[in-house]
Amino acid sequence: MDHPELSRSELHRYARHIALPEVGLEGQLRLKAGRVLCVGAGGLGSPLALYLAAAGVGTIGIVDFDDVDASNLQRQILHGTGDVGRHKLDSAADRLEDVNPHVEVVGHPQRLTSENALEILKGYDVVVDGTDNFPTRYLVNDACVLLGTPNVYGSVFRWEGQVSVFATKGGPCYRCLFREPPPPGLVPNCAEGGVLGVLPGIIGSMQAMETIKLLLGKGVGLAGRLLIFDALEMTWREIALRRNPECPVCSDSPTQTGLIDYELFCGVTRPGEGSLHSAEDFEELDAASVAALLASDTPPYLIDVREPWEWAVSSLAERGARLIPLAELGDRLGEVPKETPVVVYCRSGQRGQSAARQLVAGGYGPVSNLSGGLLSWAESVEPGLPVV
Amino acid sequence: MSVPVHTLFFAAYRDRLGLSELTVELAQGATVADLVAELRGRGSPFDILPEQPAVAVNRTYAMLDEPLGAGDEVAFIPPVAGG
Ligand SMILES: [Zn+2]
Repeated sequence: MDHPELSRSELHRYARHIALPEVGLEGQLRLKAGRVLCVGAGGLGSPLALYLAAAGVGTIGIVDFDDVDASNLQRQILHGTGDVGRHKLDSAADRLEDVNPHVEVVGHPQRLTSENALEILKGYDVVVDGTDNFPTRYLVNDACVLLGTPNVYGSVFRWEGQVSVFATKGGPCYRCLFREPPPPGLVPNCAEGGVLGVLPGIIGSMQAMETIKLLLGKGVGLAGRLLIFDALEMTWREIALRRNPECPVCSDSPTQTGLIDYELFCGVTRPGEGSLHSAEDFEELDAASVAALLASDTPPYLIDVREPWEWAVSSLAERGARLIPLAELGDRLGEVPKETPVVVYCRSGQRGQSAARQLVAGGYGPVSNLSGGLLSWAESVEPGLPVV
Repeated sequence: MSVPVHTLFFAAYRDRLGLSELTVELAQGATVADLVAELRGRGSPFDILPEQPAVAVNRTYAMLDEPLGAGDEVAFIPPVAGG
């Protein structure tokens, strides 16, 4: 005989859950009724979505607009080799359907923006932040605070990770912890800094666990506590968090009552887009313009501001580029001639902007940044150039 | 009498500073803000630390005006965005 809300095959599938006193039939029904939004189907979103689906969370929303790239597969175990080139949402939906056909996967094939975030988030009980950039993290946080939806936070860098739960009733939020975004260029993203593939597996699994506890209403959650994981040392450090009484979004008298422009807030621009800092004194040049300058009689001084390992794979060394990683630029400004125009480039254009800003501030110039970085160079000037 | 505090750096901070811990001598009555100013005042590479970093004193999140005592452990919590 079927249970009114769990079929015979579901009862069989979830038997090890139902055996737990903290879950039982009632808890499993709660999971089935649960609606969870995963922001990002990448390194963190992979174990997260897989475990939520396996656990029988009834509705799993996923926000992602990317395609699967071969360089994702070292950590994004939601996707397989045969999925390279597919939309991540299609790949995720197929994999999750195979893991558990009893759950519904809802795809949101969009970039989360201040315009659409509240509309997308509002139907969910829990939001899980598995994104890969600061503007979206602040956006997710603020939207969760405004909606009163818990934000299960995780992030990774090389061998280290952080996990917490923000925006619960009375608990601190991401902005209480990180009041100001870091200056662009301080923190490399995973593409630049690298990440050991298992790390988001561990942190994303912690997020899945916290999400399930929130849905069940069991146990002691991570609200008000930040865990910092160091995989090389294999240590967890726990920090007690506090709500900032002057938090602009979650305090009792917030100064910000809606969503803002988070790209502007974080001072970043997207690859290929013009600088938001129009007052800045450097130019964004497309790849063709840079190629023309390099081929001219008076080529500019060309600086590659990526990491040595990126340089080792491919570079514009043959066109005269010198390697000065962004982190070393401040100490090595003396190597840059003052009387020559300077062009900087990186992988996607973002570190180049930071470098260009430093050079302008140091009195160099005229300074230009290769817009979209080596990626756009490989697209329009030198097809087939491998860029990692 | 100076007050020694034990500072810790993780993730991007550790990478950019090239060290994971440092003992800093502060004046009696110094606060977290004084520690941050002392470090930033050392110039490169310490000037990469934000003026208002997220900091935990003895494993509890601390405001900038929190006073520091001898032997306190001050951990600089790095912003991390990767996913
Ligand atoms: Zn807050």
